[in-house]
Amino acid sequence: MSSRETRAAYGFLSPWIIGFLIFMAGPMVASLVLSLTDYDVLTSTDFVGAANYQQLLADPKVRTSLANTLIYTVLHVPLTMAVSLGLAMLLVRAGRRSAGFFRTVFYLPTITPKVAVGVLFLLLFNGQVGLINEVLGWVGINGPDWTSDGQWIKPGLVVMSAWSLGSTVIIYLAALQDVPRDLYEAAEMDGASPWARFRAVTVPMISGALFFTLIINTISSLQTFDEVYTAFFGSSNQQTYGNDAALFYVIYLFQQAFQFLHMGYASALAWLLFLIIVIITLLQVRLSRRFVYYESE
Amino acid sequence: MFIRTSRILVAALLLAGCGGVGGSDSDSDENATVTLTMMGFGTGDDIAKTRFDAANAAIAPSAAKASEGSFNAQQFLSAVASKTPPDLVYMERRLLGTYAAKKALVPMKDCVDQEKIDLSQFRPAAVAEATLNGQLYGLPEFYNNRVLMINNTAFADAGLDPASFSTADWPTLKANTAKLFKSKGNKLQRIGFDPKIPEFLPLWARANGAALVSDDGKTAKLTDPKVVEALTFTVGLVNAQGGWAKFKSFRDSFDFFGAKNQFASNQLGAFPMEDFYLNVLAGNSPDVKLTVAPFQGRDGQPVDWITGNAWAIPAGSQHPKQACKWIKTMTDSPTWIAAAKARAATRQKEGKPFSGVFTGNTKADEVIFRDVVKPSGNAGFDTGVKTILTTQEAGVAEPAIAAGEEFKAVWQDAVNRVLEGKQQPAQALAQAQQQAQTVLDQANRGS
Repeated sequence: MSSRETRAAYGFLSPWIIGFLIFMAGPMVASLVLSLTDYDVLTSTDFVGAANYQQLLADPKVRTSLANTLIYTVLHVPLTMAVSLGLAMLLVRAGRRSAGFFRTVFYLPTITPKVAVGVLFLLLFNGQVGLINEVLGWVGINGPDWTSDGQWIKPGLVVMSAWSLGSTVIIYLAALQDVPRDLYEAAEMDGASPWARFRAVTVPMISGALFFTLIINTISSLQTFDEVYTAFFGSSNQQTYGNDAALFYVIYLFQQAFQFLHMGYASALAWLLFLIIVIITLLQVRLSRRFVYYESE
Repeated sequence: MFIRTSRILVAALLLAGCGGVGGSDSDSDENATVTLTMMGFGTGDDIAKTRFDAANAAIAPSAAKASEGSFNAQQFLSAVASKTPPDLVYMERRLLGTYAAKKALVPMKDCVDQEKIDLSQFRPAAVAEATLNGQLYGLPEFYNNRVLMINNTAFADAGLDPASFSTADWPTLKANTAKLFKSKGNKLQRIGFDPKIPEFLPLWARANGAALVSDDGKTAKLTDPKVVEALTFTVGLVNAQGGWAKFKSFRDSFDFFGAKNQFASNQLGAFPMEDFYLNVLAGNSPDVKLTVAPFQGRDGQPVDWITGNAWAIPAGSQHPKQACKWIKTMTDSPTWIAAAKARAATRQKEGKPFSGVFTGNTKADEVIFRDVVKPSGNAGFDTGVKTILTTQEAGVAEPAIAAGEEFKAVWQDAVNRVLEGKQQPAQALAQAQQQAQTVLDQANRGS
């Protein structure tokens, strides 16, 4: 590429580069510096070295919130991927017109504001009068107190998270439509059962999409905030009853920063989360070399 | 991945460019025409709008611009960090200590002297709640009293007399709660008595002759045996009514601000509650059969834990003198009286009773409840207002605390752990005591 073309390329890229430097790289560096300070916005900033990091290792709420977040992620990501794949496979088999309709139906909840989802969760999952337990009651199941029993809050949130899996469904649908038909025909001629065709043809051929959604959903689960905060911590009244089972990591980080004005400590919390996400993502990438098939390989 | 976390963490820096509250349009000359900026106050009802207009008239041709929405710490911090604090800030009085300790608010002494504000017109407990280390940091308004609200219909069902119901004798209270409570299978049908914990633990502690924090707000007293006893008793009340999970789920289902509220639907026997709820009931279910009684300590004396809001002037305000003049008018008795008249007129048009407004201003209260509030015809509301007026004379506030928000979170977490069955009261409060004292010591360092 000529130097002129290179300059032109950088010219077109520059808005993004400038935006990245100002709105992402800049705040990241700032938060790294802040994580080494005692900073509350209102008074002078004191350098405290690694004290914030030492504190977070001893903070029981860090352990609680991290455990909640990881448990949620472990439950949410496989469930989302499995249900989304099931729905996408049904859509592939549906007629052209009905597929378009259902595609829209599945995607619509994704554009519902997460705040509304949080409120909806409280209404639907109320243990005494909620619709979910009402329906469970029809088949003789005595539903739990999803919104107030610490043991059931995370499972309830996981079930509720299935509300917004539209994006993953669309990605899988696109991947499934790209699987060459002749592979299925060849497998069928060889006598492969539907399960064998799914395992030996479908899964390998869409493994790239599966891997992509695994990474994206894992990162997004580890950063869960909006809907849980709305449901359990969004108002002064809700904060009063803040259940430890709903204390997710980013919620605790937010509380430390803006409720208790411990910006330095909150910055350290952010960097710990960053580190955890980097490690998990690297592990996933490493594992993907064994399981993900790219047609170009 | 880092977009969200970095956005949260450095919002104060980023929002500096877009989250400010607007600059001034003049200099700080007392007589210049300016637009005062504020945070935390909206003009959504008669009481707010009437007073807002009166305060603006007092500084005309200058004027204040309402912000709408309640106080938002994130917004306020961003404005302070970007050196564009509002001229005025309106927040709950319990929050003042935190911001005052960090010197984000200016003491009111100069304002009081400049405008010759008569502090004696305010109820002492309200002033005390806005005072940290001997310095007043806000002009108080509203006086939220806690009283007992009793559902006569539920009491009749249970064969109990509302007039003799009291919180003074705890074993009797527990027995009456059991009589009022109703459930069918796994479903609750009526909560007999809701102690309203965690949030009302300070009230129960006072009823038992204790407090959660020392009078100077610097020493946590969460392990006081009387606090432990109060928590043990109130958690016992909840556990006797299905346990926390069911109790809370059922309570969350109440149409609290609607016509089918828990009194109208007979879902609650009695609870301690802020006085504003009398107006809610009067507006939404004026036919409800209600008794209001003082919340009594174990010695039989009324205990009234009060809270409210305050107007403060942030450090760095561009127009502190005009701001001072504005909030003087806002909290003055003639302004309150005009606002109460406006609300009464609105209620009259709607055919609903007006049970008054408890202002925190003794002069205003005197006129409002003598001349503006008229008997509604519902004995429950009318005697309720009289009960609150008597009770508020016994009002006490929690002291201003330099880390009020964090202190509250610590003891409320402890109560929640007990409610969820994770810890015993003594164990939870011992853990909270240690955390709370650390928080208080850090916040008071250097103050």
